[in-house]
Amino acid sequence: MDMDPSVPIARFENVGLRYGLGPEVLQDVSFELNPGSYHFLVGPSGAGKSSLLKLMYLAHRPSRGLVSLFGREIATASREELPALRRSIGVVFQEYRLLDHLSTFDNVALPLRVAGIRENDIKRHVEELLGWVGLKDHMSARPPTLSGGQKQRASIARAVIARPSLLMADEPTGNVDDRMGYRLMHLFEELNKLGTTIVVATHNEAMVRELGHPVMRLNRGALDITPGTKSTPSTVGGM
Amino acid sequence: MFSRRTDLPLDQDPLSRFLPWLIAFMVYLAAMAQSGLIGLDELARRWDTGMAATLTVQIPADPDGGKAANDRRLQKTMNILAQTPGVLHTEVVSESKVLELLSPWLGVVQATDVPLPRLIDVETDPEIELDARVLQQKLASTIKGVQVDDHGIWLARLIQMVRTLEAFAAAVLGLILLAATGTVVFTTRTGLTVHAEAIEVLHLTGAQDSYIAKQFAGRAWGMGLKGGLIGLVLAVPTLVLLGYVADRLQAGMLPDMSMPLAGWLSLIALPLAVGLVAGLTARITVMRNLKRMI
Repeated sequence: MDMDPSVPIARFENVGLRYGLGPEVLQDVSFELNPGSYHFLVGPSGAGKSSLLKLMYLAHRPSRGLVSLFGREIATASREELPALRRSIGVVFQEYRLLDHLSTFDNVALPLRVAGIRENDIKRHVEELLGWVGLKDHMSARPPTLSGGQKQRASIARAVIARPSLLMADEPTGNVDDRMGYRLMHLFEELNKLGTTIVVATHNEAMVRELGHPVMRLNRGALDITPGTKSTPSTVGGM
Repeated sequence: MFSRRTDLPLDQDPLSRFLPWLIAFMVYLAAMAQSGLIGLDELARRWDTGMAATLTVQIPADPDGGKAANDRRLQKTMNILAQTPGVLHTEVVSESKVLELLSPWLGVVQATDVPLPRLIDVETDPEIELDARVLQQKLASTIKGVQVDDHGIWLARLIQMVRTLEAFAAAVLGLILLAATGTVVFTTRTGLTVHAEAIEVLHLTGAQDSYIAKQFAGRAWGMGLKGGLIGLVLAVPTLVLLGYVADRLQAGMLPDMSMPLAGWLSLIALPLAVGLVAGLTARITVMRNLKRMI
């Protein structure tokens, strides 16, 4: 998807979200993510981090307010437009969400297959990336036979294989050792340098401080934004 | 429309394992109904074309006249028929044939034992309307007791009965198709529920509804075809056996009821048709259900 650098990757305006008739888990959330930015999303458990990410990766529609992704307002987007928007988004789910009946190779290849990429190109790209995340020897393995860390890496590989414009990760380092954790964060940094907009939800405050990117802090459904200590291509635009 | 490779574990659905056998059973019944339909249609068609352009003229024997007098009555009738417009061909039914036709009622008798009527088969020109009642009046004015039978009344009744049976067979075929379609819809909906998690992952990675529907359609097509072939393999020996029994039963009473080539071809096409219907049904079901999701 061709991006206009002047158009925010994501724009939330007074967004509220409730599940069914329950209380609002997100209240009046407003922000903009500029292209090429890198943000951490922090907050205590139950603060609404995963819900905010779900709105951003189009798993839910907001109960109120406006959500725009890549300049397209989601409320007015047709159902046929959503897959193209989703292909520009990579997601690392907290619970991995790998498909157990598929091999690691096929799981990682999924975004390329749904995009209709040729099998030869898929093979080349997937093998290269699986080698990079240390899963080359597990290409044929099914997810149930992988360790937590291996599943996490396979999930990350699936999220980045199609070179998304927006990458979201929900606790991506939660199940890997420190060395692999920093290696994965380095991958995110490299993708960010190539222009990918990144949002990482994490509990790891040490990593947040060390990397110094802007922080979106959620507390009881309300969002507070703190500028980063490190210079980034663009910053969170609080509204 | 269909896909062989699948990202969804559709093969592992317990219901999917039974579907080919359910379809096989339905295709078996459908093959029976379809064969009945084709056989009855062929029967009605043959009766219609084979007998509509024929008449039978019956000259009762004159018990006081003797053979010579009866021969004269026959000759007079033949002469009148020869001069009647619309009559193409006449043929006197031999005494031995008449005896054979009467044997179910009279048993084995000789021509000298009973006064035999004389029968004349008349072939008429289908292009010229020949009214059997007018012909009968014309013949009866010269030869006493002559009767003309154009088979029309009982033929019409028989054909009506056959057509009713045909409609019944078609309704049975329709119901079987409806039941098969319903089974595929139910199985597909169950599959959508069972694989909701995987379908959501596919959606979130950017899959179009049609990408997911293609996988369900491919699976349903395969199961439909497999079930159809099993049903056909079971149906063919049954039909051959029924054909054999019918051949022995008809013994000159019924026309040949063997299935025409087109009938066999339509039976062979049945598994393909069922596979296509199953695939299309699954695709439509998935597309409709996915529209309700975000």
